[in-house]
Amino acid sequence: MQTLLIFMSAVLVNNFVLNRFLGICPFLGVSKKTDTALGMGVAVTFVMALASAAAYIAEYYLLRPLGIGYLYNIAYILIIAALVQLVEMFIKRSSPSLYQALGIYLPLITTNCAVLGVTVLNRDNNYGFLTSIIHGVGAATGFTLAIVLFASIRERMSRSNIPSAFQGFPIALITAGLMAIAFLGFTGLIKV
Amino acid sequence: MTGVLYALLVLGGMGLLFGLGLSVAAIKLKVETDPRLPLLREALPGANCGGCGFAGCDAFAEALLTGKASPSGCPVGGATSAQAIGQILGVPVTIAGRQNAFVRCGGCESKSLFRYDYQGLSDCKAAMQLAGGGSKACVYGCLGVGSCKAACQFGAIEMIDGIAVVNREKCAACTMCVRACPKQLIAMVPYNNTVHVACVSGDPGREARKICKAGCIKCKLCEKACQFDAVHVKDNGAIIDYAKCTQCGECVKKCPSKCITALGVGIPASVSEGITQNA
Repeated sequence: MQTLLIFMSAVLVNNFVLNRFLGICPFLGVSKKTDTALGMGVAVTFVMALASAAAYIAEYYLLRPLGIGYLYNIAYILIIAALVQLVEMFIKRSSPSLYQALGIYLPLITTNCAVLGVTVLNRDNNYGFLTSIIHGVGAATGFTLAIVLFASIRERMSRSNIPSAFQGFPIALITAGLMAIAFLGFTGLIKV
Repeated sequence: MTGVLYALLVLGGMGLLFGLGLSVAAIKLKVETDPRLPLLREALPGANCGGCGFAGCDAFAEALLTGKASPSGCPVGGATSAQAIGQILGVPVTIAGRQNAFVRCGGCESKSLFRYDYQGLSDCKAAMQLAGGGSKACVYGCLGVGSCKAACQFGAIEMIDGIAVVNREKCAACTMCVRACPKQLIAMVPYNNTVHVACVSGDPGREARKICKAGCIKCKLCEKACQFDAVHVKDNGAIIDYAKCTQCGECVKKCPSKCITALGVGIPASVSEGITQNA
C-alpha cells in the first residue's frame, strides 16, 4: 500500500515537471509532437529506473560504508552518465529498432536534473532498493504524462490563430503554467 | 585525512574505471557503418526538409545505400547533389533542371469574391472542410490560409493580399508546399521558364469571370497568339507546354484577365510588387 502511495504521489501530486519543476528542458524542448514526446517519456522511464537502482547500490555499498556520503551529488552524476552511455552503446549494438526509438533521446537525459533529482529524493527519503525503483518509475510516468499532454496541446495550438506576440515559446510557457495550476488540484489526493 | 583520501580514491577510481570501461565498450560494441554513409551525408544539403519523402538527410542517405531512393531524389541539392551521389555510389544519374514551385492562382482578395469570412484553424485542410470547399467563391482558388507557408522551411512563400506567392529565388524545390496544398494549386515549374498560367479554374468563362477578375475565361486568345503551339486551353484553363514555350510573352499581352503571368507581369499590382521585392 505504501509503495502504491509513493508511486501515485510521484505521478500526480508531486509531478516532477509540474510540481517540482524538474526536467523543464526536455519538457519544453521535445514537446512539439506527441510521438517524440512519448518516445522521450519512455526513454526517461528507462533511465530513471536504471539510475534509481544504480544510485542505491552506490549509496549503500560504496559511499556510506566509506563515510563519504556527502559526495553523493558528484558520485551520482558520474554513475548515471557512465551507465546511460554504456546502455546506449549496448542498445545500438543489440537492438537497432529499440535504438531508433530510444537512442536519440538517451544522450539528452544522461545528466538531466529530473534523473538526478529522483536519485537524490530516494536518498533523502531513505527509500529501499525496490521502493527507489518504484519511485523512479512513478516520477518518470508523471513526466511522461505531463509531456504527452503538453505536446498534444502544443500540436493543437500550432494550428490556432495566436496573437503574434504570444507565438512560440510565450504561449507554451503560459500553457505549462496553467497545466501546473491544474495539477495543483491533485494536492490532498493522498495523505501520507 | 582518511576521509579526503577515500574521497579522492573513490571518485578518481570510479572515473578511471568508467572511462576505461566505456572505451573498452566503445571498441567491443562498435557498430560497423558503411563508409559511404558519411560521404553521402556530406553530399546532401543537410536542410532535413523531408522533400525527398524520407525523414531527413540521414534517412535519405541510408535509403540511397539500400537502393530505396534514387540519386536525383533530393530536390534541394538538385544537380550538384545528384552528381556527387552518383560518383559515391558509382551509378549514372540523369539530371533534371532546376525547378521552383508556382502557385497557380492569382485571385487575391481585391480581385475575387468571398462568400464568408473564415476564422477557424490556420490550416487550409480545415478551411476546405467547410461549405463550398472554403470561403472563396471560386472552388479552385487559393484559400490564403497559409498551409504552404507553414510547410515551407526556406521562407520562400509569402501570403500577399490573401494568396500565396512563391519567391522563386528562395525556393529550394523541396515540394513540401505542393503536398501541403489541399487544392493542389502549387506546381513545380522549370526555373528557366517564367511564363505561367495563374489559374486552374474549371468553371466556364462566364462563371469564372463573375467570381474572380483574375480567372481564366477560356477565350483562347492565348492559343491564337502563340506562334509555337505551346499554350492550349483545356477544361481547367490554359496550359503551357514548357518544352515548346519560348517565353515571347505574346500570350501574356493578349490575356484579357491577365491570368497568364511572366515574372510579375499580369498579376495584381500588390502581388507583382511582392515578387519584385523578394526577387
